[in-house]
Amino acid sequence: MGEDTESTKINHTFLRDYVTEADVISTVEFNQTGDLLATGDKGGRVVIFQRETESKGESEEVGDTGDSGEYNVYSTFQSHEPDFDYLKSLEIEEKINKIRWLPQQNAAHFLLSTNDKTIKLWKVSERDKRPEGYNLKDEEGRIKDVSTITSLQVPVLKPTDLMVEVRPRRVFSNGHTYHVNSISVNSDGETYLSADDLRINMWHLGITDRSFNIVDIKPANMEDLTEVITSAEFHPHHCHLFVYSSSKGTLRLCDMRASALCDKHAKLYEEPEDPGSRSFFSEIISSVSDVKFSHSGRYMLTRDYLTAKVWDLHMDKGPVETYQVHEYLRSKLCSLYENDCIFDKFECVWNSSDSVIMTGAYNSFFRMFDRETGRGVTLEAWRESSKPRAVLRTRHVYTGGKRRRGDVGVDSLDFSKKILHMAWHPAENIIAIAATNNLYIFQDRVNPDALTQ
Amino acid sequence: MKIHNSRTQRGGIKLHKNLLVSYVLRNARQVYIKEKYAEIYRMQQYEEVMTVCNEIQELNPLDLDAEDAEEERAACCGEDFQRGKEQEPAYYRSCCMEAPSPCDQLSVNINTHCNTTTVLDLDTHVVTTVDNGYIHQDCCCDTFQCAPSAQSSAKKRKMDFSYCTSDFDELQDFTTTRKRLRREDCLYSCQEFTETSNISTLISIFGSGFSGLLSRQADLEQICSKQALAGLGAWTRAIVAF
Repeated sequence: MGEDTESTKINHTFLRDYVTEADVISTVEFNQTGDLLATGDKGGRVVIFQRETESKGESEEVGDTGDSGEYNVYSTFQSHEPDFDYLKSLEIEEKINKIRWLPQQNAAHFLLSTNDKTIKLWKVSERDKRPEGYNLKDEEGRIKDVSTITSLQVPVLKPTDLMVEVRPRRVFSNGHTYHVNSISVNSDGETYLSADDLRINMWHLGITDRSFNIVDIKPANMEDLTEVITSAEFHPHHCHLFVYSSSKGTLRLCDMRASALCDKHAKLYEEPEDPGSRSFFSEIISSVSDVKFSHSGRYMLTRDYLTAKVWDLHMDKGPVETYQVHEYLRSKLCSLYENDCIFDKFECVWNSSDSVIMTGAYNSFFRMFDRETGRGVTLEAWRESSKPRAVLRTRHVYTGGKRRRGDVGVDSLDFSKKILHMAWHPAENIIAIAATNNLYIFQDRVNPDALTQ
Repeated sequence: MKIHNSRTQRGGIKLHKNLLVSYVLRNARQVYIKEKYAEIYRMQQYEEVMTVCNEIQELNPLDLDAEDAEEERAACCGEDFQRGKEQEPAYYRSCCMEAPSPCDQLSVNINTHCNTTTVLDLDTHVVTTVDNGYIHQDCCCDTFQCAPSAQSSAKKRKMDFSYCTSDFDELQDFTTTRKRLRREDCLYSCQEFTETSNISTLISIFGSGFSGLLSRQADLEQICSKQALAGLGAWTRAIVAF
């Protein structure tokens, strides 16, 4: 997928869009070690990349160039197929909404992938040996003629070319009436949660015919609906805590020890609305599109349409840090509503040490913010401006004042090039950015100053 | 339109997106209704003031000549307007200036805030010229006729308003509704929200959205909400079903 070549510049853009619609990447996720990177796309496929093991040892040295492990395709499989709900006459999209890796317990890797309705557990295993020397069948597997067998032999394992097998191990279906937007594996290693617009279910990884409903915000009368769940995540260390965000811009931290049904939150995180900035679109831009716990478990990172906010779990009155991602769009909300861009759901991620946060924007731009200095940089994920091994230069959107060379005007931003999905390596400064149907992997040279340039 | 289109999209109606769209409609509708009520209130104020002025005029027909009558009317107009809840001072100024002045000066619009629009009412076939909320009817009017014509136009506008609310019930007949609302929209030069006319068109097509959102602004929407609620369209039921 990273090798997707650009077709020749014939004006068949409508055709190109149609053809590659299924290739649009819809989720990106590193596993716990960072050796594997999984991407899901709108066509229901999952592509797993593996980091090259030869240079893995060398890449840990600071400042080594050219030896940092590259990610190559490890396996590709069709996770979900288009489905049809006959009862409601509804087509169920095969688009992969989220992928989450399980902590590794043996040689095999496990991941959960979900579309709008069904979650699947996949086992990814390698096979590099195969038994040879069967008595009753030959090398091709055909049954031998018994009369030709003259002696017995013991089959032995012989090395063979590496084969990656991906098999579905569990299918968790019929748990959700509304569209699943998040899944999160618990730190207990046994359970996970799945959240749709109105409900959150808790599953056991081994049990597919039952799930436990832990949050239900569906009103008795659907006409009284005022908010929906937009994202949910388990706490990284406390297996009884999870957080879910709502379309009203609030976060709710729930403790499963308190009661079976966690409709009542343990803590509500809400920032009072600034009445001066009220507009037609206040509700839309305050809707939280993603929430992520920090690795430490002390903070939460949320993304709404124009900002990214860091919240301290101990303080529910408001965020401790607010970062303006693209404030220059505030005056353009009307046209962004017209072209539906205002409904885009951007993700946000922490770096391994929780010192930097990153989120996406338009025009293939993505932004990183250093929490210590509060400064942000804008970078671009675009093949023509980045060659392999070249240093990414920072970009700037011109909003007034002195215009520098290379600045991009707000009106010339390409809103079809949006960076919605991204992932940060759990231990190193390696990031994976999904730009429509392309995957970009960037590596920092373990130089802290580079991030604040 | 967004909600309508989402019904045919793959994967079914997106609840979150439609909820957000309904919020936008609710916000727009609130602004629209606020403006409407403010306008009606202003018209009522003006009516009352003109009635009082006329009564004063009638009580003392011999003491005052035409000029003094105008001054007094202007004075009582001015006082009352100052007492009244003004949201747009420009509007009142234009009223004071234009009410006593001769008819042929009415057409001269010196107020820079005014938006002049001429519309045809499809029901009564009356041509109405709207001037930043102050209506001139297409008739030859002098100082005495202006008041009654303003009154009648206010009454007519009240009638139109009820047309407007009853139209919330008729979601299929949105073309006619759009024309009526278009006329109403012309009445407000909403400098802050430039999309009001488009949004009010949307409101007429899609009704009032989730009633849970409506109940928050009960004081403004008492009259409208009942009729609007009755007109909640099929799309909300579709969301319930999914």
